Amino acid sequence: MKEWFAEIATAFSQTFIEANRWKALLSSIGVTLRITFFALILGLILGILVAVVRSSHDQLEMDGKSNKIINILNSLCSLYLTVIRGTPVMVQMMIMYFVIMASTTNKILVGTITFGINSGAYVAEIIRSGIMSIDKGQMEAGRSLGFNYVQTMGFIIIPQAIKNILPALGNEFIALLKETSIVNIIGIKDLTKWAMNVQGRTYEAFMPFIGIAAIYLVIVIGISKLMSLLERKMRNE
Amino acid sequence: MNEVLIKVENLSRHFIGGKIKALTDVSYEIKKGQVVVVIGPSGSGKSTFLRCLNMLEIPTSGSIVVDGVNILDKNVDINQYRMKMGMVFQHFNLFPHMDILTNMTIAPLKLKKQTPEEVKEKAMQLLARVGLEDRADAYPNQLSGGQKQRIAIVRALMMDPEVMLFDEPTSALDPEMVGEVLDVMKELAKQGMTMVVVTHEMGFAKEVADRVVFMSDGQILEEGNPKEIFEHPRCARLKDFLAKVLI
Repeated sequence: MKEWFAEIATAFSQTFIEANRWKALLSSIGVTLRITFFALILGLILGILVAVVRSSHDQLEMDGKSNKIINILNSLCSLYLTVIRGTPVMVQMMIMYFVIMASTTNKILVGTITFGINSGAYVAEIIRSGIMSIDKGQMEAGRSLGFNYVQTMGFIIIPQAIKNILPALGNEFIALLKETSIVNIIGIKDLTKWAMNVQGRTYEAFMPFIGIAAIYLVIVIGISKLMSLLERKMRNE
Repeated sequence: MNEVLIKVENLSRHFIGGKIKALTDVSYEIKKGQVVVVIGPSGSGKSTFLRCLNMLEIPTSGSIVVDGVNILDKNVDINQYRMKMGMVFQHFNLFPHMDILTNMTIAPLKLKKQTPEEVKEKAMQLLARVGLEDRADAYPNQLSGGQKQRIAIVRALMMDPEVMLFDEPTSALDPEMVGEVLDVMKELAKQGMTMVVVTHEMGFAKEVADRVVFMSDGQILEEGNPKEIFEHPRCARLKDFLAKVLI
């Protein structure tokens, strides 16, 4: 038993303390969080835009009107959703790194944009479902006061929709964080890459991988708590 | 009383490529200061008619002239005209994510560029008029149906509309709350507000209306002052309708 503890202690010190590995660990956590955060922002912006285009197109169609610009935008959005949701995110990242953004050296930027665009497709559908869940009377009330379509969306529909879809958005946020663990294939030094590096040096897999699993878990639990706090706050209003 | 505010000509609204005709060739003039009450059986097109007036429902053909401008014209900025037409809905449609004061002030703040102080003062005056000044900080889900509808009315009034459109404002209310909403509407009529009211409240029509319009199957079948309509109805369809609703 004593020996076992001693082994664990050695493995722990090898993994986290020796050669200042904890410093690299902290910066790798930073990288993972940064990519997740900015990808989330980008995804939200893209998602809201796509969702508004798609639902205004549907609305116009129901009213028997059609607008050429909206039709074109809607086709583009549908294409975006189909392609992004229909291909693996790893492949998307390869294409982004080796083809579209081949001239950049900023790998973190590539990772962030890839995941932002990827997440945007899922967020768009979540937001669209939120917009559709709002009673039609809200749009009519907004329009009857003299707001135009975009104003009504911005002041009245989207704020209510966001409230309804917070749980789904939280899920997407968590999924995004976990999926960023593949950015190491283009050489980004994220949390997962750190564990792989440590394993390469110490020939010891247990401690680094269990360690980062625990770190991912703690971050996810933190996000869940934050989301439920936000939900509760919005519901009380 | 003679100035025509809204002039409707040959208004039609068809659905599903003309298969369903909600409105057929409706023509009517609404004069300044008039209270026009629209009655008729369900599905007669009264709500469609009202919703066409501020283009929530897009007419298939015809014209609606407000202040000399045909608002069906594609080049017209309909939002400018909607600001002049307050609308009150059957299901209130208050904004549930805003408190009462914000519900009332958001449109004038964003659209009329008035200062927050002006707008707030006006909102409080209006709230006092409907006896709800102590509920300014409440949220819509904390109010009763009658209170919600009174708020919906003053929310529309915040924009200083020239005409108020009421789409069955009491149909979704518990019976004991109908009175408080009708009282607010009566007061509004007394102050000279031009009103178009779709309702099943025949008592209100008799008491307040200047003109009563009877619609059936998407057409105006009869029009007149309350006395003519309720005491001397001419067409058989109206007589039949009145016999059913007035017990």
